[in-house]
Amino acid sequence: MESILFLIIFPLLTGVALLFVRNDSIRRIIVRTAAFLLIIASILISVRYFDSGLELSLHKEWINYGMVAIELALAVLLIAISIKHKKYLPILLVIIQTTIINWYEFSYSHEVEIHADIVIDRFSLIMILITGVIGSLICVYALKYMEDYHHHHHEIKDRRNLFFFLLFVFLSAMFGIVLSNNLLWMYFFWEITTICSFLLIGYTRQDIAVKNSFKALIMNLFGGFGFAAAIMYLGYVVEIQELNKLPALAQSGIELLIPAVLLAIAGLSKSAQMPFSGWLLGAMVAPTPSSALLHSSTMVKAGVYLLIRIAPTLGYNVAGILVMMVGGITFFLASLMAITKSDGKKVLAYSTISNLGLIVACAGIGSYESIWAGILLIIFHAIAKSLMFLSVGTVEHSMGSRDIEDMHGLIIKLPAMALMMVIGIAGMFLAPFGMLISKWAALKAFIDSDNILIVLILVFGSASTLFYWTKWLGKLVAVLNKYERIPAKLTFDEWVSMGTHALLTVVVCFIFPMIGNHFIEPYLNTQFAQHLGSVISDGNIKIMSLMLGMVLLIPLGLIVFVTLKEDRIVTSYMGGVNRGDNRYFTDSKGQAKHLYLSNWYMEKYFNEARLSTIGNITTSAVIIVIFFMALGGVL
Amino acid sequence: MAGSMMSVLLYIFLGPLVGGLIAGIDRKISARMQGRYGPPLLQPFYDVLKLLSKESIAVNGIQNFFIFCFLIFIIFTGSLFFMGGDILLVIFALTLSSIFIVLGAFSANSAYSSIGAMRELLQMMAYEPMVLLTAIGFYVVTKSFNITDIMSFETPLVLYLPGIFLGFTYILTMKLRKSPFDISMSHHAHQEVVKGITTEFSGSTLAMIEIAHWYENVFLMGFIFLFFVWKMPGSWIIGIIACILLYFFEIVIDNASARYKWQLAFSSSWIAAAALGFTNLLILFLMK
Repeated sequence: MESILFLIIFPLLTGVALLFVRNDSIRRIIVRTAAFLLIIASILISVRYFDSGLELSLHKEWINYGMVAIELALAVLLIAISIKHKKYLPILLVIIQTTIINWYEFSYSHEVEIHADIVIDRFSLIMILITGVIGSLICVYALKYMEDYHHHHHEIKDRRNLFFFLLFVFLSAMFGIVLSNNLLWMYFFWEITTICSFLLIGYTRQDIAVKNSFKALIMNLFGGFGFAAAIMYLGYVVEIQELNKLPALAQSGIELLIPAVLLAIAGLSKSAQMPFSGWLLGAMVAPTPSSALLHSSTMVKAGVYLLIRIAPTLGYNVAGILVMMVGGITFFLASLMAITKSDGKKVLAYSTISNLGLIVACAGIGSYESIWAGILLIIFHAIAKSLMFLSVGTVEHSMGSRDIEDMHGLIIKLPAMALMMVIGIAGMFLAPFGMLISKWAALKAFIDSDNILIVLILVFGSASTLFYWTKWLGKLVAVLNKYERIPAKLTFDEWVSMGTHALLTVVVCFIFPMIGNHFIEPYLNTQFAQHLGSVISDGNIKIMSLMLGMVLLIPLGLIVFVTLKEDRIVTSYMGGVNRGDNRYFTDSKGQAKHLYLSNWYMEKYFNEARLSTIGNITTSAVIIVIFFMALGGVL
Repeated sequence: MAGSMMSVLLYIFLGPLVGGLIAGIDRKISARMQGRYGPPLLQPFYDVLKLLSKESIAVNGIQNFFIFCFLIFIIFTGSLFFMGGDILLVIFALTLSSIFIVLGAFSANSAYSSIGAMRELLQMMAYEPMVLLTAIGFYVVTKSFNITDIMSFETPLVLYLPGIFLGFTYILTMKLRKSPFDISMSHHAHQEVVKGITTEFSGSTLAMIEIAHWYENVFLMGFIFLFFVWKMPGSWIIGIIACILLYFFEIVIDNASARYKWQLAFSSSWIAAAALGFTNLLILFLMK
């Protein structure tokens, strides 16, 4: 039974070992082996606990004391770093929440009976598999990436030992979050992810990185404060300290509004929803593997994981409206802002915020169907988004830019990377791939829950999502004349990592009905009285599979087409001024001018500053109003 | 099941014939409106046959392949529609097929076709919300996304969905590539984007685009049909008459209006979707 702790302890020990390794080849061996073992362990554990599940209580006082000691040490560390950089707000937040949590822990927590510190159900297994497989693959990818990174950036001190230490500690903490049922434990791991992300974002120690890392720290500490307050309220007032007791309590009609709102704030800040979305955008200064880890499979997923766990307490109360509105507004505005960006990572950042908004809205509605869609979104998003981050990272290292404008003609310059990106982008929005399937389910869930406003948001948001992804696709497939292929310096590690990602993106689209039947629905049946089964009907699943088959034939068809077809190749039409190579035209002075085809970014219409101001103000207003409504309802 | 297979086969074989005829009639009526005699009724077929016999010319080796995919997926989408499938799935398949023509234009990497592609994409963003709201409207009234169920509702849906019908008609002009919304692909090559998205396509590939267009128009009319047909036997005649009247109305609009700028095309479609579509849905929800 305690073998489950392997998932927490093993990555932690690996991380500590990596802290002392500065030799590339030793690091490579350790990371590869550890990643391999973690993937195997996640799969084995999923098989082992698939039927039985697990409820484990350790009843060991020293564990709690150990956690307190580590929390205090980390608080001191954070305060020291903050003082060094003359940032005082984080110090205040650290002191407040450390005080709250310790006070509660020592004064009251032993009076609350704990049945299970660790609980594994089918939903935790999904999260374990995502963290274990995607997280480990990202660590493997990071090996070569970070080597190149320091090759390109001599000004940044090589502290890769720290980097890999943080990656693995992060995985350990993420496993901790999804395994914990005891809220104090979960809080402990929650805070560790906050600190790790802070250190990862600040990795380069450049001014902008330091600034953005503190931004992330402050926002996440604020969320952590909500978490701590929720624990205290639940302990004192409701006398529970376990996550899995919340749904039953909610059904029995006990007032859980205040803790629900507090936990929602924690979840919203972690999953980078407005008005907290700033930290995720700032986090893009970090090296790409850490962006991939933070923004696809871990960190942000911890936020939505918590929200989906507490979803049964949301539903039709003001806390549900809070989560739904914040998620919906964020989804829509972030997708509009993504249109204006040409930096590949910025587009990925906004699309992450936007997709998380959709998952958050699903949690806020809190119905059987909406949570079904939300969990499916978590899975598909984790895989496809991670693939996109890794591809952008590799493209950046191969051609020195991650600007989408520079990816013009990538299909000629770097065909393999273009293919990876096409798979990733298709996975993000196009039928019959993953995100679209989940969006479809979400749409159905939103309509059935009679939330007409959120339906409207979804249809407009998905239209703008279509726009920014397709124009990126268009850049990739432009065929350039007389361009040389750039040698893609892909190593074994990168191939394995990205190849598996691409394969998973496609395979999961085929097997999602099974994931629904064997993971999501059994979990939902424990949470809801009514058992609805799959949101998407069997007949439609068959048609989707047919479509998927047709789409997968396209690359094959292309090869046949290119070999069989004999077109006469001519120059493109430029009103008679093409200089003969499609790249230059004759201007009005008779001079040769370079033809440059740019995508549309329409900054004037979807102005980032204006939209984010609107979003931050409305979401803050929603949060503040509902927070006081919740308070007022009790007082 | 056999019935739905039959209608799919009918669509696949008769779809382009009907679509081509509509195009012929369209040209004839437009000509009369402009005081011309106009081409023979079967001119669109002659055009396509001639295109098919022409030499294949391209800017690069793969652009034409995307158009091939476009045609295949348009036929797939229409078949799904006439099979009586899920209307949301039809919309998603339509999006997928439309993306292929955009990618084809992007891949040609030429000035005019790129502008056409960006504009086409903008149009897709413009009409997508209203198309989805239409499907949602059907669902809210009939409790089903299934086209067969939608067709056998007890009253004509347009009575419940007048706002959505108007909104859909608005963006239908865009899908039919008619003025004032022919911003991505003009029927006349002397305008600012030349032939826009189709600039670099010729010969049999251009014929494929034409045929795909015919297929597309037929099932777009099918959407209109859904508004007017109900479970009463013989109500399909009303549906067909509605489609004919509506198409005539579109021809009038086409000939009577000047092209919008893309800004206006985009914002007016979103406003139409929000004002007409959403208000209609809101009232339905309140009546429930």
